[in-house]
This record gives sequence, structure tokens and C-alpha cells, in this order.
Amino acid sequence: MSNVPAATRQDAATPIVIVGHVDHGKSTLIGRLLHDTDNLPEGRVAQIVESSKKRGLKIEWSFLLDSLQIERDQGVTVDSTRIPFRLGDRQFVIVDAPGHRQFLRNMITGAADAEAAVLVVDAAEGAQEQTRRHAMLLRLIGIRHVIVLMNKVDLLEYDQTRIAETEHAVAALLKQLDIEVSLFVPASAREGDNIASRSPHMGWYQGPTLTEALALVPAPAGRADLPLRLPVQDVYRFDSKRVVVGRIERGRVKVGDSLVIGTHGTVARVASIESWHTAPQISAVAGQSVAITLEPDVIPDRGDLLHQPGESPVRAARIRSRLFWLRQEPLRVGESFRLRLGTAEHQVTVASIDSVVRLDDLTEHPSDHVPPEGFAEITLAASESILFDAFAPGTTDGRGVLVDRHQRIVGGAPLIGPAAIASGTKAIHPTGSTVSLWDRAQARGHRGGVFWMTGLPGAGKSTLARAAESHLFAQGIDVSVLDGDTLRAGLCADLGFSEEDRTENVRRAAAVARILAETGQVVLVALISPRIADRELARQIVGDGFQEIFVDADQAVCEARDPKGLYAAARAGRISGFTGIDAPYEAPATPDLRLATGQGSVQEVAGRLAAHVTGAVVLGDQSRQRS
Amino acid sequence: MDDLDQLEAQSIYILREAYRNLKPLAMLWSLGKDSNVMLWLARKAFLGRVPFPVMHVDTGKKFPEMYRFRDEYVRKWDLDLLLGDCPPVEEIDPTLPPAARSAARKTAGLAAMIEKYSLEGVIAGIRRDEQATRAKERVFSPRGSSHKWDVRNQPPEFWDQYATPHEEGVHIRVHPLLSWREIDIWRYIEREGIPLVDLYFSKNGLRYRSLGDQDITSPIESDAATVAEVIAELQTTRTSERAGRAMDHESEDAFERLRVAGYL
Repeated sequence: MSNVPAATRQDAATPIVIVGHVDHGKSTLIGRLLHDTDNLPEGRVAQIVESSKKRGLKIEWSFLLDSLQIERDQGVTVDSTRIPFRLGDRQFVIVDAPGHRQFLRNMITGAADAEAAVLVVDAAEGAQEQTRRHAMLLRLIGIRHVIVLMNKVDLLEYDQTRIAETEHAVAALLKQLDIEVSLFVPASAREGDNIASRSPHMGWYQGPTLTEALALVPAPAGRADLPLRLPVQDVYRFDSKRVVVGRIERGRVKVGDSLVIGTHGTVARVASIESWHTAPQISAVAGQSVAITLEPDVIPDRGDLLHQPGESPVRAARIRSRLFWLRQEPLRVGESFRLRLGTAEHQVTVASIDSVVRLDDLTEHPSDHVPPEGFAEITLAASESILFDAFAPGTTDGRGVLVDRHQRIVGGAPLIGPAAIASGTKAIHPTGSTVSLWDRAQARGHRGGVFWMTGLPGAGKSTLARAAESHLFAQGIDVSVLDGDTLRAGLCADLGFSEEDRTENVRRAAAVARILAETGQVVLVALISPRIADRELARQIVGDGFQEIFVDADQAVCEARDPKGLYAAARAGRISGFTGIDAPYEAPATPDLRLATGQGSVQEVAGRLAAHVTGAVVLGDQSRQRS
Repeated sequence: MDDLDQLEAQSIYILREAYRNLKPLAMLWSLGKDSNVMLWLARKAFLGRVPFPVMHVDTGKKFPEMYRFRDEYVRKWDLDLLLGDCPPVEEIDPTLPPAARSAARKTAGLAAMIEKYSLEGVIAGIRRDEQATRAKERVFSPRGSSHKWDVRNQPPEFWDQYATPHEEGVHIRVHPLLSWREIDIWRYIEREGIPLVDLYFSKNGLRYRSLGDQDITSPIESDAATVAEVIAELQTTRTSERAGRAMDHESEDAFERLRVAGYL
């Protein structure tokens, strides 16, 4: 070979995410798009035909993307995937995001850095739940260019009037979310109408085909001319030189520039830009991962935001934020998280839930919780001032992420701006520990946990809890017992036995148990807690490490034991609302452990409980060695 | 910034995140083109150094040229090399097809090294475009104590926020090349002048496009004898990069089973 062209300079690929309700035809669309634009590798079509045949299907385009066995067998896309795709001279990456509700976190993973989105809507069915959910998410992650593909128009016999009806409804929906739609394209992915070639069936449509629409998506705007933001990623000391590294999120840095460092506001000058195997640099721009030295040789921390004097970000300790919530349990006021913002981490507490989006019609309503996979507006309170820029599509500004105490990402928080200082009871500024649960667990050799013992009065909850406490303490486990009577003697002395008061009793017990468990203790809670809903509340308050233990005893046995004489009093009508007599006990259907008190002595049953607890909390040998 | 500058900057960012957050950390070095690019990117990230060990999980069945290459560049690049070997094939799951079973030796060898050095982070040079199940990977991919990849339960990963280890026995596979395509790797090799083992270049009308063990890797027909010629060839080819890897083609799910069990 001779005259080989040198690799030419190319622009980065434009990521395009494809979203839409399940069965509205996303995967078919992608298969069709790759096929009709000649982007499929050799042999891939034959492979799809074979896989389809094996499962008794004609030709299933979605198999192109559904690479995992479970996906092909169940006909669902489990996780997002990315496919490089070329249109003329331009490179794209197609991100296929699964439509299933429970896979929202996978969709975000694929969609968060997309430049444009194709929202696929079945023209006959119109917007469905996931259409609304995905549209909401497109707004929250800041995607600016949205193309709506009105799919399956062949099933409407390409009828302009009927297609227009759905189009108006979808347009109204998206307008509600301030999403400006670049284009509506009537199309059939299955038949190939208006995907890569113009449909012969829709003479009334003069707009671009999907591929023409994609070609019109503008390249990402440069961020080099905005004010500088350089978050410190790390500080290295190599040889005798101290080097500050990080990625320039926007703006530019030149040798000689004065930079303000983080919240403490020290000013230093850029002495040099360091690199290896490149020409010497005197300036760098947004997108580059740089290494700089400072004069004077100050030592910034990871997370410090470097900016130029007079171009300071916002500073606030209470921040309003949008939220997409990814945890399987609801979010409630008072929960604490780490807020990751670029390379910075701050301890924050949810000070209020200001509104929650109702997904039927995308309207906002007050609520005391954010449901799993819900959208909301909340106020975060931090223990110190946070430097940030408000979320702005097309930049990395204000991209907050909430991380729970197990280091799991549980939500995305596009920051809106400073919140007004609340008055009265809502003006809370909780502080969080910087000692992680894992550090504590390694120091003690066991994790914290809450073992919630429920059962009828007289079932033996407190007795078993106290006996197990001795067992566990003897094994070196930090353990404490919270029992109903002790709580009611002090913390809950103001509460009676009405349904509300019982719920409040449970809430307080759970909150205390959580605090203890967070310090690394094992907590045995002995509380009748007769209602399933109340125990569910306790589980939510405690979060991970909660286990339900059912102390299961026959009511007749409990009544015969009657250690406190309460059954007798209830039967005599001297007390009312007594569980088992004139108030219901809802037994757990699937407790983590069932202790039948009729089987064996107190010591034996307590031994079973203690063994269960140690099995759940004690660390393996390997991790103790590593501490 | 062009596309290679952007890929480079992103990979450097990922490597610096890994170095900051995962300790102890090591990088896998398979001696192939991708892991050489990865090593090069590490030297860019850490200004000419590689501040963590590189690991070669040796199946004992690599090409002699690859062993020579390894020994030469350990010296030239001043690398802290950790060597690990793999159990014999008889100890591997016999239900796997033959080539996959042979490849799974490496999974077992890798697991042993991760245990031995109590690694919290392992940097690996896989790419999304190589293989469809790799397209589903995260940049930071947590592995439980059995090293299994739980594809149904991957953590969310967005806005450059990556998973951190949160449980005993969990380690993180870090994938700084996930967004690179085969042709990007070659264009970067050309731009930077990164050395490669010469099996990648045509001899007698044959070259290797992807390098694994000798017995389960086969060459392709090609006249491309220089980096520039390889790039030109890739711009027109329609066959997949791993066409010469036997284990990818034995059954529909062979590669997926390998990966779920902890293969790269």
C-alpha cells in the first residue's frame, strides 16, 4: 500500500439518546437506522436473522442491540448501550436507553451526556407514562435538542389528521416542561418510512427525514469563552514539585493568570502548565485535563473550585434543587447525604420537599415524600457554604449527585440556586459525620444494624432482646436494646395508644435506632408495632441494615403468661385499644427471621437470635485484615 | 480540541479519579495495543510516571514476541510489574465451550491476584465497540466478593460521578478506554508514536488484529504493514475486530458467560 492518507483531524462524536415508552419501537428504530444508513458490520444481519429464527420470530431488529441472553429471551433491554454511527462525515453515538420504569437509572447512565434526544412516540397510542417520565428526565438532565419521532404511522394508514392529533397532544405535554421540540417526524421504523429515505406514503409531509434531522443537530457549543471553572481533582507531589490537577469545565487558563482558590479565597498565580509528551503549553481550554503549578505554592484541597477574581460562583449553605430520585425507597425530609458536585463533596440534609411531580399530568404538588423514581423540587441544607453555579444545559454547572451513607448514588440534583433562609422549625442545619460507616465497621469488626422485634404483648420480645444482648455483648459486639416500655417511660412519655400516637412512637424509636446504628451499634428494638404500615415506616427511616424479626407466640400462650397483667386488665375493660384484644395485630408475612417462642427455652431462642445477628453484622476475616 | 484530544482528556480524568479514590490500585497490562495506549495515557495523567503497579496475568500461552515486548518496556518505562499465573484448564468450568474455557483461566488468575494484593481498583483496557456485552459496561464497575459482574444491577453512572467501593470484598474495575473505538486507538498510536508488538503488522499477507492466547487467536488476511496502513484498512473494513477470537463465536452467550463470571 502506498499514499496512505494520514489520520485526519476529526470532531468528537455527537451522542444522541433514543428514549420512549416500552413497545413504541425504540430498538426497531435503531436497527432500521443502522441498516438503512449502512452502519452495520458484515455478518450482523445474518446473526440477527439466526437469533430471531431460533426464537420463532421473523426478524427482530431489537436483537441488534439486545446483546445479552436475558435481553433476547425476555425481549427487554436491560441496560443502556452505545453504538457508534456515521452519517456522511459526521460521527454520532446512539445511546439506546431502556424504557422500563425500573430501569430509570440505566437510562440516566446512557442519556446524561447526550447532546440531543429522539423521543419515540407511538402515533396511535400517544404519550404514555414512560413518555412523560422520559420527557421529564430529558429536561432535568438538560438535553436541549429533542426530535419527536411519531412512529408506527403505517398503522394509522399514514393519515395526516390522526397523526396531527397525537402530535398536538405531545407538543402540549412537552411545552409544559419547557422542552422546545426541534422537530416532529412522522415515520414507520418497521417499514422504513422517513427514517433514512422519504416515505412515498406521506406526500403531505415536507419536513426532514430522521437522518436529515440528526444532521441538523448543532455540534456542542464551545465552553472556552465562559468564565473559568477548574475544580481541583487532586494534588500530586512529584520530585520536589507540587502539581494541582483537574479538568477545566469551562473557560481557559493561561500561565500568569491569577486564580481564586475555593471558599477560602486565597489568590495564587499560575506558574506553569505541566504535561508529558506534548509541546510546552502556556494555555489550556475547557475540556482539557490539566496539571498546573501555583505561585505561591499553596495547597488546595480536592473539590476546591479555581476561578478568576471577580467571576465568582454562587455561595450558599441552603440550596434549592430539582431532583430525580433513583432509590427504591421514598425520600423523606431529614435524610442526610453526600452531595457530590464535580470533584467536591458536601454533607447535606434534605431540609424540605417543596413539590413533587405527579406523573399522570406532570403537575407539581406538595408532598411529604418523593416516591421511588420520582421527580421533585427540594431544599438542601449544608453545614458549610457551598460554591456552585446553577444548573445550565450544555455545561457541567450545578450537576449535583446525592450519595447515601453506603456510597451509592441515589439521586441527581440539578441545582437551581440559593434558598431563602427558612424560619422557625424548618431552619435546620444538620451536620454529618465524616467517619464513614465502613470505617466504623472495620474498627469494630462488625457493622451497625437495627433488628426490629415485633409481636403480641407478652410474646417475650423484651426478654429475648435482653438475653440476646448479653450473648452479643459477650462476643464483643456493641449492642443496645430499645424496648417499648423504656421508651414510653421517657422519650415517648407524651404518647398514648391511639393509632397516630402508635405511629409516632414507632417513628421516634426508628429515628433513635438509626442514630445508634449509624454510630456502628447493633440495636435490638422490642416494640409491639402491630401495624404493617408502621413497621414499613420504620424500615424506611432506618434504611439499609433494617431487619424485621417476628417474635411469634400464640395469643393464648401470651395471655396465659400475661407477665404485666395487661391481658387481664384489657379483658376486664380497664384498658382499651389493647393489641390482640380490641386492637388488631398484623403479623409480618415475610420477616427476616421468625422466632417461635414455643420452641425451646428463652436461652435457646435468644441464642438463635444472637446467631442471626452476628451472621448479619460481623465482618469476614479478610476485611478485618485490610483495615 | 479534536476527538482524540477529548478522548485523551476524559481517560486522564478517569485515571486520576481511580488513583485518588481506589487504594491499592493496579493496571492490567495484556501487552496488546489497547493496554499500551492505556499505559501511555497513565504516563500523560501522571506526568511521565505510572504511580501504581502494572499486572500481567500470564496464561503462559502468549506469543514469544509479546513476552519480549513486555520485558523490554518494563525496563524502558520503569514499570512496577506484578506477574500472576493461571490455573490449568482442567480446573475450569467444563460446561464452557473449549476456547471460552481456555480463556476463563485468565479470570481465575486475575481473581487470585486481586485477592493476593487486596486490590480495591483494577484498571482494564476494554472498549464498548469491541463486543456487545462490553457495550453495557460502566466506567467504574463494582464487583462483589465473587468478582461477578451483576449486569442487572449496575449502579447508575452519570455526570462523571463514579461508583466507590462500599462493602467488604468489593473491588472496582476501572475502564478508561470504554468510549474509544478501534480506529481511535490506532489514530492515537499514530499521533503519539506508541510502540507495539509487531504481530499487529502484516507479514506474508497476514496480521493479528486482536491478540489473545496463541491457541485461540488467529490472524486475518491483510497487507497493512504500518500504523497508517492499518488505519486505512480499518476505514473500509466491515468485519469485527474480534473475528479472530475463537471464544466469541462458540455459542451465542459464551462471551457473556465469561464476562458475568469476571472476565474482562
